[in-house]
Amino acid sequence: MNDKLHLDKAHLLEQLKQMLRIRLFEEKCAELYTQEKIRGFLHLYIGEEAIAVGVMAALSPQDEIVATYREHGHALARGLSMKSVLAEMYGRTNGCSKGRGGSMHLFDKKQHFYGGNAIVGGGLPLAAGLALANKKLKKTAITVCFFGEGAVAEGEFHESMNLAVLWQLPVLFICENNRYAMGTALALSESEINIAKKAQSYGMTAVQVDGMNVVNVEAVTTKAVEHIRTHQQPYFLECKSYRFRGHSSFDGQLYRDKEEVEQWKKHGPVMQLKRWLIQNHQLNEKDLNVIESQIKQEIVEAINFAEQGLWEPVADLCKDVYSPSIQKINGKADQGGLA
Amino acid sequence: MSEHRNNSQKMTYREALRAGIEQCLNDDERTFLMGEDVGRYGGCYGVSKGLFEHYGAERIIDTPLCESGFVGVGIGAALGGMRPIVEVMTVNFSLLAMDQIVNSAATLRHMSGGQLNVPVVIRMACGAGLQLAAQHSHSWENLYAHIPGLKVLSPATHNDARYMLLQAIKDLDPVIIFEHVMLLNNQGEVFSEPEADMEKALVRKQGRDITLLTYGGSLPKVLMAAAELEALNINVEVVDLRCLRPLDTSTILASVKKTHRVIIIDEGWKTGSLAGELSAIIMEQAFWYLDAPVQRICTQEVPIPYPSHLEQAALPQVEKIISCAQRLFEGKQ
Ligand SMILES: Cc1ncc(C[n+]2csc(CCOP(=O)(O)OP(=O)(O)O)c2C)c(N)n1
Repeated sequence: MNDKLHLDKAHLLEQLKQMLRIRLFEEKCAELYTQEKIRGFLHLYIGEEAIAVGVMAALSPQDEIVATYREHGHALARGLSMKSVLAEMYGRTNGCSKGRGGSMHLFDKKQHFYGGNAIVGGGLPLAAGLALANKKLKKTAITVCFFGEGAVAEGEFHESMNLAVLWQLPVLFICENNRYAMGTALALSESEINIAKKAQSYGMTAVQVDGMNVVNVEAVTTKAVEHIRTHQQPYFLECKSYRFRGHSSFDGQLYRDKEEVEQWKKHGPVMQLKRWLIQNHQLNEKDLNVIESQIKQEIVEAINFAEQGLWEPVADLCKDVYSPSIQKINGKADQGGLA
Repeated sequence: MSEHRNNSQKMTYREALRAGIEQCLNDDERTFLMGEDVGRYGGCYGVSKGLFEHYGAERIIDTPLCESGFVGVGIGAALGGMRPIVEVMTVNFSLLAMDQIVNSAATLRHMSGGQLNVPVVIRMACGAGLQLAAQHSHSWENLYAHIPGLKVLSPATHNDARYMLLQAIKDLDPVIIFEHVMLLNNQGEVFSEPEADMEKALVRKQGRDITLLTYGGSLPKVLMAAAELEALNINVEVVDLRCLRPLDTSTILASVKKTHRVIIIDEGWKTGSLAGELSAIIMEQAFWYLDAPVQRICTQEVPIPYPSHLEQAALPQVEKIISCAQRLFEGKQ
C-alpha cells in the first residue's frame, strides 16, 4: 500500500473500523431482511466500503452528499448514526427520514446528506444544482455525487457532465464502478469502458483509482477536493470496485461466475487493509477483537433503537407532502367515497 | 361460457406473460424483445427468464440504462419495419422515455399525414404494494391514457396477460401494456384463446345493484369485495376496463344503465385520475340513469410511503370498497 498521505496508525485503524462498521452492519441487515424486519429492496454495499470511507474522510462537514439507493455505507461513513439508519430501514418514526423512505431513501439535512435517490442517474443533475447554489451563495462547500457505472449510459450523466464544466461547478463526481449494473456487465453496455475518459471528453479532470484500497481513495479524493475548492471546477473519480453480493434482495446472479466473485473477494477492501496492518505490526488479533466487539455492541443498540421505534399513525398518512402553510389547505386525508 | 374455457391451464401471471412473448417471437421474425436486463438477468421481475438462452442475443437484447435511448430505438425500429417489444423495467423509469413515447411514437402517424405508422409495443411493470417507497410505486396508466395516438392496455387476468401482447403486436399503432407487480406471482387460468378483442371492456361478474369499474392490479381486490357484498345482499357487477385508451364506453354505459350505481376503483391518485375521466363520461352520457353520485376509490394524495401500514392505507382496499358500496345503499334500504 503506497503511502501518499501522511497516515498515522490511529487514522488507518479508524478507517478499518469505519469499513468494518459498514460490513458488519450490512451483514446484519441481510439477516434482518430474511426475518422481514427490513422490507422492500435492500442493496448491499459489501465489497465497496473503501470508496465511501475513503471519500468521506477527505470532506468537511459542510460538503453536500448525494448518493444512490445503495447508500447505507455512505450514510454511516458520513456520520449518520447507525440507530437512525436502521430505524429508517425498519420504517419507524425514529428513522433518519422518519420511516417514510426506507433503505433506498436515507436523508439527513444536518449531515448535508441528500439521499438516497433510487432513479439511476437522478442524483447527478441534483448534485450539479447543489454545487451551483453553493457557488452563487459563495460558500466553500463542495458537492459530492456518488453513482454506479450503470448511470453513465443515462442522458442525465452526460447532461450533468456538460453543465458542470460549462458553468464551472464545484462538484466531485464519484463513479463507483463495480462492473455490473444489475445483471449487465460494463462491456455489454458501454462502447467505451474507460469511464474517466468520458468525463475527460467534457473537459473535466478525471482519474481512475483502485476503489478497493481505502488509502488510495482518500489520497486521490483529498487532491480532488483541494482542486475543486481552489479552482471552482468539477472533478471526476472513477473508483474501480466490485460488489460481492447480489444486486438487491432478489438476485440469482446468473450473469457472473462464482469464481469471479471469489477472486475479487481476495482483494476485498477490509481484508486488504487488515492484512497490511497486521503484516506491518500495526494491528493484532486482540485489537481487532476490541474493534469488532465495539461495532457489534453498536449494532445491538441500533437494533434495540429500531425495535422500539414507533409506527407512524395512519391519521398522519398525508403529512409532509407540502410545506406547512399549504399543507393546512390541501393535506387532509381523503377517506374516499361520499363526502 | 364458450368452449375454449374447457381446456384451460393453470399458471402464474408471470408465466402467462412469458408465454405471450414466446408466441410473438415464434410467430414473427421481425419481433424482438429489448430492455434493461431482459436477457442474461431474466428480467427485473423474472418475466423473460430463459428467453435469452432460447432465442439468443439477437432477439433478446439487453440494453444499457438509457430509457430514452432504447425506447426511441424501438420506435425507430418499428418505423423501419420491425415489430419490437420494448420492456421498460417499470413505469417509474418510463418518465425518462416519455418524450420518445409522447412526442414521437404517438405523433408520427398524424404529423406525417398518415404516411407513417409505429407498430411498437412497450411493456412496463407498474403499481404499489411491495414497500418500494415513493420513487418505485407509481400507477401512471392515466398519464399514457391521456395521449391520443397511443393505445393503453391493462391486463388484469391471466388470460389477458397471455394474449393481449399478441393482439397488441398485430396493431399498427404504438401500444403500452401495464403489468401490475402484485399480480405476477398469482396463479390463474389461461384458456386456449383470448376472450375478446383487446379494446373491449369485459364484465367479469354479472350483477344488478351496483357496478364496480376497475382495471389492472385492483381487479382481484374488487372481485373479493364483490363476493363479500353478495353476502350482504348487494348484487354487484364488475367491469374490467382492460383497455384504458381507447375506452370501451358502450360496455361501461350499458352496465351503469343496468345497475344505476357506480364505484370506480383506480390505483392512481384521485386528482386528475382515470377515475375522474370515467366519472365524467358517466355523468355526460348516463346521468339520468344514476340513482347515486358516482364514487371514486383512488390512492391518497401522497407519494407512496415505505412502511407497509401507511402504504396499504394509501391504496384502494377491499374494506373501502365494501363500506363505500354499503353507504350507497344506506338511504335506500
Ligand atoms: C432510470 C432507472 N432505470 C432503471 C432502474 C432499475 N435499476 C436500479 S439499480 C439498477 C442498476 C444500476 O447499476 P449501477 O448504476 O452500476 O449501480 P449499482 O447498482 O451497481 O451500484 C437498475 C437497472 C432505476 N432504478 N432507474
